Amino acid sequence: MLLSEFKSKELLAQYGVRVPPARLARSVEEAEAACAHLDARKYVVKAQIAAGGRALAGGVRFAATPSGVADEARRLLGSSLVTEQTGPEGEKVTTVSVEAALDLESQAYLAFARDPESGAPLLLAAAEGGVEFEERARADSDLVRTLVVEHDDDAARAEVANLLSGLGIDGAAAVDQVFAAHLAFVSADMTLLEINPFARVAGGGWLAVDGKVALDASALFRHPEFEALATDPGVFLRDAEAQKNNINLVTLTGNIGVVVNGAGLGLATNDMLVDAGGRPANFMDIRTTASSFDIAKGVELLLEVPEVKAILLNVHGGGMTVCDTVAEGVAFAYSRADRRPPVIARLAGQNAPWGLQILKDRKVPVEVFDTMPDAVARVVELTGGAR
Amino acid sequence: MAIIVDKSTRVLVQGMTGRAGTFYTDQAMRYTPTYVAGVRPGRGGTKHLGLPVFHGVAEAIAETGANASFVSVPATHAAAAMIEAIEAGIGTIVCITERVPQQDMGRVKQALRGTDTVLIGPNSQGILTPGQCKIGVMPTRDATPGGVGIASRSASLTSEVLASCSRAGLGQSTTVGIGGDTLHGIGFVGCLERFRKDPDTECVVLIGEIGGREEEEAADYLAATDYGKPVIALVVGRHAPPGRRMGHAGTLSVFGLETAEQKIERLREAGVVIARDASDVVDSVTATLETA
Repeated sequence: MLLSEFKSKELLAQYGVRVPPARLARSVEEAEAACAHLDARKYVVKAQIAAGGRALAGGVRFAATPSGVADEARRLLGSSLVTEQTGPEGEKVTTVSVEAALDLESQAYLAFARDPESGAPLLLAAAEGGVEFEERARADSDLVRTLVVEHDDDAARAEVANLLSGLGIDGAAAVDQVFAAHLAFVSADMTLLEINPFARVAGGGWLAVDGKVALDASALFRHPEFEALATDPGVFLRDAEAQKNNINLVTLTGNIGVVVNGAGLGLATNDMLVDAGGRPANFMDIRTTASSFDIAKGVELLLEVPEVKAILLNVHGGGMTVCDTVAEGVAFAYSRADRRPPVIARLAGQNAPWGLQILKDRKVPVEVFDTMPDAVARVVELTGGAR
Repeated sequence: MAIIVDKSTRVLVQGMTGRAGTFYTDQAMRYTPTYVAGVRPGRGGTKHLGLPVFHGVAEAIAETGANASFVSVPATHAAAAMIEAIEAGIGTIVCITERVPQQDMGRVKQALRGTDTVLIGPNSQGILTPGQCKIGVMPTRDATPGGVGIASRSASLTSEVLASCSRAGLGQSTTVGIGGDTLHGIGFVGCLERFRKDPDTECVVLIGEIGGREEEEAADYLAATDYGKPVIALVVGRHAPPGRRMGHAGTLSVFGLETAEQKIERLREAGVVIARDASDVVDSVTATLETA
């Protein structure tokens, strides 16, 4: 559950992480008015979207005056930002944050995530943060230093101080900020906390100029407040709707609707489709907790996409998701649909014959194949993607 | 022989009396006669599915000699159940629960440190030694005993690969679902080490995917070891959209190689035979065994 930058920093501030003064605005007027509340000599207007890569896409703009802020807000609000993490249709900007632009003396990178090995919080730090940080980190694996920080105690503080000092970041204030971030990471069940840049400002002190937080959706049961914090889903609306129905859906741009149980089989199916020259309209993983009604909802979401010319139904029934449950869902969606594109089905494993019987009895326009390659070849042929 | 579980494994079930627990225990007991106990705080002294129910894991071990636990407990209490089993000194834990919070798994992994307990999962379909022992929720109809060891991050793909292996006359020694979560117990390397020592295992199939470090750790291990048995790998997600699963830090190298292709290349360099897609695994195994 990714939070917008504004919500991320608001949450971090509750745990003592220092952030620049900022105001949220949904309109040009609100953006201009926000300046009166900020003690600043110049301003920065930032698009609040969930995807990363915002700055490179023009989503961060500077202005010297309140009327300049209004101009930049006008440019951003209602536009769609296409970054390397959005789909090609981009993510719509409905909100901007107006912040005091500070004079930054140095910009570092700071993050916490869980160490895959020990499961403990892992501090990641680099001397130079900034907009193109990821690319540099990918090119140079020595750029990022890591340290497991299990608890906040004297020994851990000494280790952190030592690590920071090696990056040219000295002083107790920076260590305090790292442990404020640690407290936030642990207390709020975060899976990722990223501060980039972690900056030293003129006049002293370190603060989080930009921040990004991902909350652990699995910990919702002890954080009912997460629901309200999670970001406006924007273009991911369809995917979020599927999520409510126990289906992991990622919308893509092709013309083959893909209905699959399990993340591994879903990835394998899309690999085979693309290798065969097909264009999947989505990635789907029907979770084991999904009922036939959940599955019907998932299929309906695909049928709503006008580009979808055929559905590839690829199910390997297991101990938890059986074929007849999936077939029931497909049949139910088709019984209510205005549009009935052909279903190319490959059902195997638990209750496969029942599943096929249900599809035929309920008059779903289905063609059945025994193997994945045969089903994939047929659906690619039908959708005109074959090379 | 097999790895981790066999016909001598004595299984207790934590969360057996719940609706899901009852269903999955009943299914597993039909395959494996060595289920010996259930654990449910507050229900000690009763019977369920014909098995004695105990308040706690330690008591169940003392009374029945159980050495493995099947954890089918809701996510809110799954970590506490695993920690209880670890502290009671159980040999193997299989946790099928989905959506255990990462922080809770941090505590579980802390409890595991310095113990001999093998944790499988969470968010795993479990472990199956065909004809001997099933702890988990996988279908068994297509499983046959034999020499192919399987370690996998995906339940549905394991079923797919296992069924096609059996159809081709290739039985399985043991299949291990290491689980789909970032934080989990045994990984590919732990499975590979055990399969290497198992005389019944002739070759190993790894089923991996994008995200995480499992594949590159397996590649590093194999590159540094004279493994002695063929290893075949399928890594899916070659055409997954980049960067859509997580924010920035997910792409940093400490969290694993970025793409499936990079993982495939690392495994290939370590001498692993690569199956191009799910339908190609059996041919890869057959060809590899013929030349071995």
